Amino acid sequence: MSEVPDRGAERGVNRPPGDSGLYLDGVTVRFDGFRALNALSLLVEPGELRAVIGPNGAGKTTMMDVITGKTRPAEGVVRFAGRDLTRMDESAIANLGIGRKFQKPTVFDALSVFENLELALKAPRGPIACLRWVLAGAARDAILATAQRIGLEARVHDKAGLLSHGQRQWLEIGMLLMQDPQLLLVDEPVAGMTDHETAQTAELLAGIAGGARSVVVVEHDLDFVRALGCRVTVLHEGTMLSEGSIDHVQADPRVVDVYLGR
Amino acid sequence: MRRSIIAIIAVLALVPLLNLLPAGHPLHASDFVVSIVGKWICYAILALALDLAWGYAGILSLGHGAFFALGGYAIGMHLMRLIGPRGVYGHPVLPDFMVFLGYQELPWFWWGFSSFPFALAMALLVPALLAFVVGWLAFRSRITGVYLSIITQAMTYALMLAFFRNDMGFGGNNGFTDFKELLGMPLNQGSTRALLYVAALAVLTGAFWMSAAMTRTKFGRVLTAIRDGESRVRFLGYDTLRHKLFVFVLSAMMAGLAGALYVPIVGIINPGEFSPANSIEAVVWVAFGGRGTLVGAVLGAFSVNALKTWLTSVAPDLWLIALGLLFIAVPLLLPRGLVGLMRR
Repeated sequence: MSEVPDRGAERGVNRPPGDSGLYLDGVTVRFDGFRALNALSLLVEPGELRAVIGPNGAGKTTMMDVITGKTRPAEGVVRFAGRDLTRMDESAIANLGIGRKFQKPTVFDALSVFENLELALKAPRGPIACLRWVLAGAARDAILATAQRIGLEARVHDKAGLLSHGQRQWLEIGMLLMQDPQLLLVDEPVAGMTDHETAQTAELLAGIAGGARSVVVVEHDLDFVRALGCRVTVLHEGTMLSEGSIDHVQADPRVVDVYLGR
Repeated sequence: MRRSIIAIIAVLALVPLLNLLPAGHPLHASDFVVSIVGKWICYAILALALDLAWGYAGILSLGHGAFFALGGYAIGMHLMRLIGPRGVYGHPVLPDFMVFLGYQELPWFWWGFSSFPFALAMALLVPALLAFVVGWLAFRSRITGVYLSIITQAMTYALMLAFFRNDMGFGGNNGFTDFKELLGMPLNQGSTRALLYVAALAVLTGAFWMSAAMTRTKFGRVLTAIRDGESRVRFLGYDTLRHKLFVFVLSAMMAGLAGALYVPIVGIINPGEFSPANSIEAVVWVAFGGRGTLVGAVLGAFSVNALKTWLTSVAPDLWLIALGLLFIAVPLLLPRGLVGLMRR
């Protein structure tokens, strides 16, 4: 489990862009006059694990939509690895190394765990390339290593349709890992999971972040966020309300007011 | 699965041999049986083609009969050219219907059809081109599900209306018939019919083998994934348009080849083959046998057609009702078809 990063205080979000990592500054998204995001700023370092919490409608999903190119901001800067994401479409952003796990797990039930991971593995994607695809030793090893990482090594040959809800979530995370992303956006990974599965998921995500790979987790479950042991960003009405360790934000009177107190 | 298809092919291979037994023998298969089972083999190839598109990739085409009919028309044009001066009007070049309609010369789109390889190539390429254009337009606009089914249904209906017109140059209402020979062999001879039967069976075997090999590759798994969650596949970085187009065109070519084998066996092709009901029947075969399994498609084609042949001889009025009942009952009672029933 990673330590709580303690560098946050001196690290402002106003650092100039062009660096690696994810950088949002002054991002505003309006839907019919309603500000889903209101001058949101956020900085995620390479290799960092970050939790984003906030009440419903705080703008968490809109933030993910902006990063993945699904929604265009009216104002603001969105950069990743020195590239301006507001000028790229969804697939280009995906190919830049930003993977997104949606709330609802969508794995392919008719295929085995192994085959699901194999589909996600970085490889030529055209029909002819797929027809000629031969599973080489290195690819097999990479798939099995990922299966082990997501705790499904004993079930690689089972159909994904036979997995439990929690295992399906892990498989989906494993499929994202096969795409070798530099930034993983994970939307409510533990919704509907048992306590045991939740703890395992926290461990999994904490283990995935590191090196050059950052992970941003959007979550409601505060016990889970605590188990992640990482920096926490609290969103409220489309803007950042508080940032710091889980103890720090839970003690912040503004956070207590708008979110935890209710 | 492998054993069941080998058993089916072995039984089918027996039919022309049983035809050689003396007529009084209890196991003798009549010429009628040879020709009707040969017809079913062609239907089984069509069912395989449809199953690749529908059972695997989730593209529910209600117009596969059009590809089948186009393949049949291509070979039909070759057979018409081979009649030569033996037609009723005795014209050295023009088929009878053209003489009757007052054509002075062969239309340009009939050029080349005196060559068998050319006609066979057209039986594959014309369905492929049509599938490519329709598929590209539909898949590019992300038309799926029932809307795609309606478009393919409209496609075959439009072609039926077009081919019914006399001035299309394809024999109108009557289509083509009275064929004399193919590759130098008279079509009314038992040996030619046996050869056509064997050719159809060989193509069915080859098509089955090719489909089975293809569905075992990663491409096959991508198709299954597209069927179950196309947007997720796109999100994994696959351009699903290319995969769907590939399988749709391949499927249309298989259907065209089935039609090309069918026409010399039954000795006639007319615009009725484009009828939307034919395409729907093909969907019923695949659903009844078990979609998404290749053996199911083949089994379904044989069993539903056997039922049709039997019912239309004992109670002709009941067939359409039976077809409708199958269409309703299969998804409700046999969602995985005969193959699902056998596995249970």
